[in-house]
This record gives sequence, C-alpha cells and structure tokens, in this order.
Amino acid sequence: MSETITVPTNGKHPSYLEHQGKHKGLLGWILSTDHKRIAILYLVAIAVFFLGGVTLGFLMRLELIAPGKTIIDAQTYNSFFTLHGVIMIFLFVVPGIPAIFGNFFLPILIGAKDVAFPRINLLSWYLYVIGGFIALLSIVLPGGLVDTGWTFYIPYSVRTGTNVIPALTAAFILGFSSIVTGLNFVTTVHRMRAPGMDWFKMPLSVWALYSTAWVQVLATPIIGITLLLVGIERIFGVGLFDPALGGDPVLYQHLFWIYSHPAVYIMILPAMGVVTEIIPVFARRTIFGYKFIAMSSMAIALFGSLVWAHHMFTAGMSNTGQFIFSLLTMVVAIPSAIKVFNWTATLYKGSIEITAPLLFALAFIFQFSIGGLTGVMQGILSIDIMIHDTSFIVAHFHYVMFGGTGFGLFAAMHYWFPKMFGKMYNEKIAKISFWHLFIGFNLTYFPMFIMGWLGMPRRYYDYLPEFHTYHLISTIGSWIMVAGILLMFYNFIKALLSSTKITEKNIWGGETLEWKIETPPIHENFIDIPTVHEAPYEYKQNETETLKTQEVK
Amino acid sequence: MSSQENSAAHVHRDDVGARMGMWLFLFTELILFGGMFILYSVYRYKYADAFHLAAKDLNTIVGTFNTAILLTSSLTMALSITAIQRKQKSLSIFFQMLTIVLASGFMVNKYFEWTAKFHHGIYPGSETLLAKPAGEIVFFGLYYVMTGLHGLHVIIGVVLIAFMMRFTATGVIKSDSYVKLESAGLYWHLVDIIWIFLFPLFYLIT
Repeated sequence: MSETITVPTNGKHPSYLEHQGKHKGLLGWILSTDHKRIAILYLVAIAVFFLGGVTLGFLMRLELIAPGKTIIDAQTYNSFFTLHGVIMIFLFVVPGIPAIFGNFFLPILIGAKDVAFPRINLLSWYLYVIGGFIALLSIVLPGGLVDTGWTFYIPYSVRTGTNVIPALTAAFILGFSSIVTGLNFVTTVHRMRAPGMDWFKMPLSVWALYSTAWVQVLATPIIGITLLLVGIERIFGVGLFDPALGGDPVLYQHLFWIYSHPAVYIMILPAMGVVTEIIPVFARRTIFGYKFIAMSSMAIALFGSLVWAHHMFTAGMSNTGQFIFSLLTMVVAIPSAIKVFNWTATLYKGSIEITAPLLFALAFIFQFSIGGLTGVMQGILSIDIMIHDTSFIVAHFHYVMFGGTGFGLFAAMHYWFPKMFGKMYNEKIAKISFWHLFIGFNLTYFPMFIMGWLGMPRRYYDYLPEFHTYHLISTIGSWIMVAGILLMFYNFIKALLSSTKITEKNIWGGETLEWKIETPPIHENFIDIPTVHEAPYEYKQNETETLKTQEVK
Repeated sequence: MSSQENSAAHVHRDDVGARMGMWLFLFTELILFGGMFILYSVYRYKYADAFHLAAKDLNTIVGTFNTAILLTSSLTMALSITAIQRKQKSLSIFFQMLTIVLASGFMVNKYFEWTAKFHHGIYPGSETLLAKPAGEIVFFGLYYVMTGLHGLHVIIGVVLIAFMMRFTATGVIKSDSYVKLESAGLYWHLVDIIWIFLFPLFYLIT
C-alpha cells in the first residue's frame, strides 16, 4: 500500500491528480496543501467568477446597443458596472495568473517541492472563496445591488442605501487572500530555490511573480485599511472621510489609489512573465536581454507604486503634485517598453512556430502596446483633463487588463494545459477561438477610444445619437468575443473529458524545469531536487538535443 | 497510513523562512496602520488647533500607565523566549502567562477609558460630539478607530500567546525549535511599537 515517493508503485510515481493523500475524493482536493491541487482549485473558482463577470459585461454592452433603455434600467446598469468591476478586478485579474499558474509552476520552475507555507497557501484559497461568496451575497441580500462603482468613492458610498458593506467585506477578505499569496511567494523564491539556481538563473516568469508578490505584500494592506475605514464610517458614523463631519473625500481617493494603481501592476506583471516564458520557446531562441527583463519587472513594481495620483488629476491637486505624478507616470512606460522591445528582439531571426499559446502572447504584445501607449497619453496633464471619465479610459484599461492580462492568462492556459492535466486540447479549435477573441476584443474596445475622444462619458447608461455607430460596433464585437470565450472553454472541457492522455515530458520543446518532469507532474514534483547548471532558455547550446526531440515528434 | 510516512519523510523545516514570512506579515501590518497614520498627519495639519484642544480631554495618566504596562509585557515576552532557549520550560510558560496578564490589564484600562468617554457623551455620532468643531470630530473619530484597531490587535496577540503557552506545555515549542514563539513575540513587539506611536500622537500633543 505504501506510496511514498521513494518507493514507487508499479515502478511509476502517481501523478498529483492520482496521488492518494490523507483524504479521499473531494476532501482530498479541498483539504490538500499540494500547491498544484490548490492551483486547480483556484482555476475552477476563478473560471466561474470570470464567466459571471463576462455575463455582466455582455449584458451592459447589450444595453448600450441603442440609445435609451434597451434591456435594463439605469439603476441596474449602475449595479452591473459595479459588480462587473468588483468581480473582474478582485476575483479574476488580481488573483488570476499568480494564484493559478504561479501556484502551480512557481515551485516547479525554481526546483522546489512546494511553496514555503503550504497550509497558508490553502488558507488563501479559502479566503478567496469566502470573499467571492460574500460578493455574491451582496447580490441576493435585500437592500439592492451595490451601485458605487468598484472604487467605492466617498461620500456616495456612505450615503447610498445599497449593499455596500458586503461588497467592502468581500474586497477586504480578497485583499487578505492576495497578501497571503504574496508573502508566500516572496519567501518561496528566497528560500526554496534548487541548488545552483541563483537569482539570474531563475526563469523570467519567476522574476515577474516575485515582483508582483512584493507589490501584493506592500500595497494591499492600504486598500484593506481604507475599505475598513469606509465600513466603519458607514456603520458607526465616524467622521473620517465624509466632508459633513470634517473629513476629506480626496484623501479617500488618494488612499484608494495608493493600492489600486499598484494593483494594475499586480495584474499585468505576471502576464508579462508568461509572455516572456512563451516567446523564447516558440522562437527557439534565448531570450534577448535577460537581465533587462528581470530588472524591468522590479522597476515596474517600484515606479508603479509611485504614480497613483494620476487617477486624480481632476480631483484637485497642487501643480507640483500634478507635475511629479505626470512625470513618474511616463517613467513607468520605460521598463514596460524595454520588455516589449526585448520580446520582439527575441522573435527576430528566430525559427517561429505559430501555436495557440504564441498567438495569444503576440496578441498580448499588440494589445498591451496600444493600452500602454494610450496610458502615456493619459499621463499628459492637458490630455487627461479632456478625456478623464470618458470611455477612452475604459478602452485603455481594458486593452491593458483584458487585452494584456486576460490574453496572457489564456496564453498561459494554452501553454501549460497539457502539462497540468496530461491532456491536449484541439489546436485547430484553439486557434479559431483565438481569432474570435482577438477580432472581437479589438472590435469591442477600439471604438471606445474614438467615442471617448469625442466625449462619450464612462459609466453612462444612455448616450447621444451621434455615438450610436460606435456603440453598435462595440456591441457586435462583444458577441464575437463571447463566442470566442465559449469556444475556448468548450475546447478545454472537451480535452479534459477525453480519454486520450499524453505523457510526453516536453511537448513544446521548452528549456525550463517544468518540461523536465513527468506529465502530469508527480506529487512533490521532483524525485530528487535538480541541480541547476545553466541559465534558462539556452536554445543554441541545446540545439542538437531540441532537433532530436523534434524529429521524434 | 501511507500519507503519514510521506509527511514524516518530507518534513520541511525552515526557521529562517518562517521568520521571513512573519516579517513580511509585519510589514503588511505596519502599512495597514500606516494608512491611518497618513490620515492622522493630514488631519493634524489641517486642524492643528482643534487636535490640540481635543487631546486635552484624554487622560494622560491612564495613557502613561498603559504605555508602561505594554512595554513591560514586551519585556516578559522576550524573557519567555530566552527562557525556552535555556530549556527552562515552566519559566517560559510563566513569562508568557505574565504577558497575557499585562495585556489584559491594558485592555481593562482601555475599557474604563472608553466607557468614561461614552459617559461624557463623546462617541461617534453623539450629539455632544457633533456639536464640537469639525477638527475635534475627526480627532475623536481617529482616536476610536486607531486605538480600537490597536485593541483588536492586543486581543489577537493574547489569543496567539495563549496558543503558544499550550504549544510550550505540549512540547511543540522546545529549546531547539521555538520559531513559533519567536514569531508570536515579533507580533507582540509590533503591537507594542504601534502603541508607542499612538500614545504621543493622542495623549501628548496638548
């Protein structure tokens, strides 16, 4: 009966999917401290909330198909954009890549058997689920759907009668979950690297996750305390931000963005890591400028923490303050651009194999560049004052958050899916779903740039007839996008249910450690902790070996 | 059965890592309170005179007494760690107990302080308070929130140390494995140091 790692049964170690721990069945999953099983738990929960957020977004777009009331009334629309924001930010993009792929692959990529604190890791998932549950509770409780926007701006958030408290509590708990993941990853990277894996031999996605983890640890408590204070103000009537009691609502906005701007780097950095991981594999080239990419992650984390007030240029601020925050905002573009140039330089003269993960990674670069450059535009004071609170801003952050992080997550999913489950999806359908997503995405959000520039305000339920064409194109785009998302889910679920297994260790010809272990990985990943001798992505050096595997293929 | 063998064969112990995790957690706590210290500094700057006036309503003697209690409890906490390092198990438990007693004393004082304020009609939303100028409303708002949250941390600390006492008694914490107690100690010192900042900011600015 013994199934210890040192004594394999039938000469083969069971994979983490089959490994029999202390508990059986469902309990074996929800009580497991195995980082890979926790990653799958996260994957399931996040996918559910993602579909919920997509549904809300889809309905909002449908409402905007024509001027006036179409399917939902104004109050419902307010609640929808609030919930869409809360779900997509706190339950999808922030945890997304770190919680699923970070959990699954961070220990493997650095040659460890698990994260530093496996039990705390499981705790973070429970916090996530509880937070998500309370967010759902805010929908069904009497009092009405929360309608403040995901930013909970004071004084409206202390005055409105809707379920603000459950939504605040949810965001607070989810913040905790994020902090716990962050401190776990920082400690893991510091303490658990395999022998020989020094800092500059780490795969670049580890660098990205490491930078992210620091931001999670250092920025999230601010949102925790801020939301807590809003809650206290609402329940006990303590005067902290409410101007009627001597408080300062602009101070609330500062505290809110001190977290929520760094949070966008929590969202984008891991996706950048994923793209950095995928591009050298399918270009069969060593990554261009390893140290620059690694350090630019840290630079983004550092500078990104110092630019929050650019969300508030119109809220009242000194000229000096505006100047400094405008300058710092543009400085963040430098490390981001370094990454983009390094990715394209890696592709240059590579032998590129167009696969589904690479397509998503390339779309990331394209869309992130648009989103990033329009971000620089908004950093310019004179332009920002004109386009503030228009749909230009909505287009900008969807290009970064969805076109960037969302596509990065899909790329990661297509890249690592075979390794995680030992099953392979249909590549043709994957590509078809990619093109739906890519075309649908750009069709949905690009018109928002134009109409925002022309003056269409964000968060409006109705609009002037002159914006009709743009809204119509945008709504049609959302249909194509949703079709792509559904097709992608269908493709993955079909693969999971199919009986054909793959056991090939290195399906893509990657050079990082996850491709050197079993597919799917065994419990505790490695039989013996590997000793690392070379930097990652050494394609030239290992060319002959790669050619051999390709011939076999 | 098999899983027990499994975990026994792969017990992963890393005291440095555990301590590092704890320090990271303490950073987050510092930043949590940091958010409130930012609020305090902004409002202090905005309502300097009102803050000065409102602070006169707080009892400096009780505040000083509580500061002394909390500082002493940090000492007893440190002593309990030294005791376990020197294999003096019951002495360590005694010092942990003493820490809990001191912490409870702090909370009892806090309770009387708050109820006295309530009797004077100074609590959030009360008519007496709302009749005061905006700066004083904000001062007392911050006073209740910051000392309240600090008090919550004291209670969490007491629960934590109570668990440590149990762990010490059952031998989970012993002379060659005391990182849990050390982490609890770090947490307790954080609670202490936050109070050291709260004390002058609320009691000594008269």
